[in-house]
Amino acid sequence: MQIYLPIAEVSVNAFLLLGLGGMVGILSGMFGVGGGFLMTPLLFFIGIPPAVAVATEANQIVASSFSGVLAHFRRKTVDLRMGTVLLSGGLVGAALGVVVFNYLKSQGQVDLLVRLCYVVFLGVIGSLMFVESLNAIRKSRKNAGPPKRKKHNWIHGLPLKMRFRVSGLYISVIPPLMVGVLVGILSAIMGVGGGFIMVPAMIYLLGMPTKVVVGTSLFQIIFVTGFTTLLHATTNYTVDIALAVLLLVGGVIGAQIGTRLGTYLKAEQLRILLALLVILVCAKLALDLLLEPSELFSIGAAGGH
Amino acid sequence: MKRLLLSLLLMIATPVLAEEVVLGLSQDQVAITADFDGSEILLFGAVKRESPILQDPPLEVVIAVSGPSGPLTVRRKERKFGIWINTDAVEIDHAPSFYAVATSAPFNEAMSNVEDQRHSVSIPRAIRSVGAPVGIEDAQSFSEAVIRIRTSEGAYQVLENSVSVDEQTLFRTSIKMPANLTEGDYPTRIFLTRGGKVISNYETVINVNKVGLERWLFDMSRNQPLMYGLMSLAIAIAAGWLASAAFQVLQRR
Repeated sequence: MQIYLPIAEVSVNAFLLLGLGGMVGILSGMFGVGGGFLMTPLLFFIGIPPAVAVATEANQIVASSFSGVLAHFRRKTVDLRMGTVLLSGGLVGAALGVVVFNYLKSQGQVDLLVRLCYVVFLGVIGSLMFVESLNAIRKSRKNAGPPKRKKHNWIHGLPLKMRFRVSGLYISVIPPLMVGVLVGILSAIMGVGGGFIMVPAMIYLLGMPTKVVVGTSLFQIIFVTGFTTLLHATTNYTVDIALAVLLLVGGVIGAQIGTRLGTYLKAEQLRILLALLVILVCAKLALDLLLEPSELFSIGAAGGH
Repeated sequence: MKRLLLSLLLMIATPVLAEEVVLGLSQDQVAITADFDGSEILLFGAVKRESPILQDPPLEVVIAVSGPSGPLTVRRKERKFGIWINTDAVEIDHAPSFYAVATSAPFNEAMSNVEDQRHSVSIPRAIRSVGAPVGIEDAQSFSEAVIRIRTSEGAYQVLENSVSVDEQTLFRTSIKMPANLTEGDYPTRIFLTRGGKVISNYETVINVNKVGLERWLFDMSRNQPLMYGLMSLAIAIAAGWLASAAFQVLQRR
């Protein structure tokens, strides 16, 4: 069934969009990522104009994250306090990110920067996570003994300590705030919710338990992407509500299935799967940069960056 | 001297031989609805004349349908530091979003180069670029790229020999408009030619408009962007909550 999208001004198959939404929704619920880093390239691929794809994707992420976070709330795997700290850092970061983005836009080559950002971050995060979770799996096979006590490092020496009961942490608010700001900047530049950066940062930098990480990440993604949607809708008029509805119907259902699937998997397995996914997307983007494209020319809107 | 007289005579005679187009369209409105999947427009017409039909050169018909035009930026990728990046960019200041040329003979026979230049009928002539920035020598390849990309998308079409002409009087053709149509006025031009020379032309407009829900959503996104954005968010939140609630009910059973 073909459907004409009013803002994107293209005609696409409605079932294809439902399927895409569902697939990305499952991943979103399982890993606590918004799925933007997957969905946005997929939408480009089926011919949605990039500006519309990025804006509408933000709207869809709000839906699937909200659906996912409710499931996590019920299982009490959302650290609201940590989420709020991350979010306040995130909003500051997003504002900074917009400034950086506009500066780079005036210098040209912002497209390339976004792509390089993707390749570098996806590559580094993916391979780090992959190696780490492989080690974890190997270790848990060797000795199923009690887990080691958390190491004390410089992070624990910082002032302004706060108790995060759900995460079982008693640390300074400075590292989570910093993580929030950093992710905020990156997500503004890369046009994604930032879950795929936030999740590893919470696990490895803050030492939060994987179970809590997913729900908390989803919680803060809702606000960041909600804000982004409003910005795009009011400044660029590029949110396509028809496209969003089709994607999010699939997305919210997928997210519910995903959160349930996630509970069947061990934390290490969950991480290794996410790592593989991230590496896969990274490889695809890197190949696009390295291989000679079949069409060297591209048509863009006039006066665009 | 004799030849000059003859040509003078012909020149005076031309108005007498005037042939005019009477055109019909299967539809002069294209409504873009939610399930819009392209449209086929039938163009047909007759040649009105008050003198006997001239047999040679034969009458040919050229029809050009153009979409709304606008400026574009065309970028070219080049290999730098091992990766392919956009380097050169050329502004094309006038390129239609849709363009179809239908002719009753091969284009070069139906219309001479001079006439094409005067009326901007063929696709390369319909695209206008003022000039490339300094340092780009092959600006031509940029407008060629626009034609190549848009032709492969079905947005630009050259339909030679697709106009059928009966008895040098009746003609008809059909033009398929793709699903990815931009809203706006589509100027449609019909040229009657003999021996490559335009002897008459006619212009009309096909209206392409979003209607119903498409219209409403599009207008709202432009006129009340904040409301539109909030509505999108509300739908997203509601859908997220609904799915969560539905699955909870399912799981309890």
